Amino acid sequence: MLLHDTALVYGRYLRQSLRSRFALLFGVLMPLLYLLFFGPLLTDLPLGTAGSSWQVLVPGLLLQLGLFGASFAGFSIIIEKGHGVVERMRVTPVSRLALLLGRVLRDATVFVFQAVLLVLAAVLMGLRAPLAGILIGFAFVALLTASLAALSYALAMRMDTPQSFGPAVNALTMPSMLLSGLMLPMTLGPAWLDVLSHLMPFRYLVDAVRDAYVGHYATPHVLYGALVAVGLTALSVTVGTRVFRTA
Amino acid sequence: MTLISTAGLARTFLTKNGPVEAVRSIDLTVREGEILGFLGPNGAGKTTTLRMLTTLLAPTGGAATVAGCDLATDAAGVRRACGYVAQSGGVDPQISVREELVTQGRLYRLTRAQAAERAGELARDLDLTGLLDRTCGALSGGQRRRLDIAMALTHRPKVLFLDEPTTGLDPGSRADLWDLVRRLRDEHGTTVFLTTHYLDEADALSDRLVVVDHGVVVAEGTPSALKLRHGGSLDASLQDTFLAITGRGAAPAEQPPVAV
Repeated sequence: MLLHDTALVYGRYLRQSLRSRFALLFGVLMPLLYLLFFGPLLTDLPLGTAGSSWQVLVPGLLLQLGLFGASFAGFSIIIEKGHGVVERMRVTPVSRLALLLGRVLRDATVFVFQAVLLVLAAVLMGLRAPLAGILIGFAFVALLTASLAALSYALAMRMDTPQSFGPAVNALTMPSMLLSGLMLPMTLGPAWLDVLSHLMPFRYLVDAVRDAYVGHYATPHVLYGALVAVGLTALSVTVGTRVFRTA
Repeated sequence: MTLISTAGLARTFLTKNGPVEAVRSIDLTVREGEILGFLGPNGAGKTTTLRMLTTLLAPTGGAATVAGCDLATDAAGVRRACGYVAQSGGVDPQISVREELVTQGRLYRLTRAQAAERAGELARDLDLTGLLDRTCGALSGGQRRRLDIAMALTHRPKVLFLDEPTTGLDPGSRADLWDLVRRLRDEHGTTVFLTTHYLDEADALSDRLVVVDHGVVVAEGTPSALKLRHGGSLDASLQDTFLAITGRGAAPAEQPPVAV
């Protein structure tokens, strides 16, 4: 039943995404701009890491795509609540977990698609990385977007207006981006900043994908990154399902 | 046979300004095949009661059974037995009528073929056939309401909850909707539990009325019994009866204030 219901909800929202093709592409715009106008600044800088500057920047941009995109996923549910769609579905016997999972899997699909576009553009700009590393990067994008989208839906279910939701999400995403070292490795900074950034779960994901992009797969970074990503996803989906059950 | 019964059903919301007792204690019964009008002033607890009876909101007190299923322990059974049309409706304006109807069928675990067939049946029954390929946002108010009701009837529920179903409809669409509600009861034996602010609607449709105020039931009976008891005579309007029960609204003409 869970599979049937999840597939059903997933299909509904995937069709919704496909109806607005413009929005589907628009999401890549911000990381693409960073790639074009920020990326070239790094090419000759000493970043203290293995590989080229693209192998440092692109993993960060992938997670930035997930961070900023998926965190705002909840907007759609605020609109749907206004139309009464959420309550109408919650009156049916459909699984509560599926109501969340179907949406979250749609988001993961959309962001992995955008991540593929971003990596293709990066290859044109000069990125060279092993295929396995790139695929691992996509897996991390999928987990990150799934967990952030679940949290975003949970938050949005508790909020009534987009006006209160937007600022709340912004207040959380901006420090997350800065403290996780998405743009530049945190090891470049002073020790206190490096220590502080270890409190930010996304830091571990970025480090893991950066290792994967230079072909280092069996490292502590990759292990910690995987553990944090899976843990975060499990936690977020649990929280989200609880909200869908009771809200 | 009793289809719905509640005992001391209550819901308190915890807000920043302290607890708000939206529903204090509701005791009511609804018989199978009955059209029940659930009346009360704004904020009396009508929608909260409906949301509890349809499993959308967990009660903070009391108990209820719907079609023999206990609200607290058998939410799945309650969901199978009831259809619900919220005040706001419940369709996505960008999706086609057909897609919404078919998806709804699938949410009730029909197969793809069954869901398509049921969507066609509902569309014929509720006069939506010509509109199946329009988006929900392109429907008129009356057509939207018929679609909302079609969605709620997908699984042939024993009881249909309608929350202010005719608010915002033109007189013609209202009359059509009344006919539809009566037809549902007469042809399918569907029990209908409806809230409304229109007293002529309650008078014309309901077999029995339950009036709530401040989260408790304050009067209950057939429209004529209530008129006789609270309005003074059988000829009293339901409007006057309602005001007499809730003691609100247009108060009798007051003495003009005396200048001192």
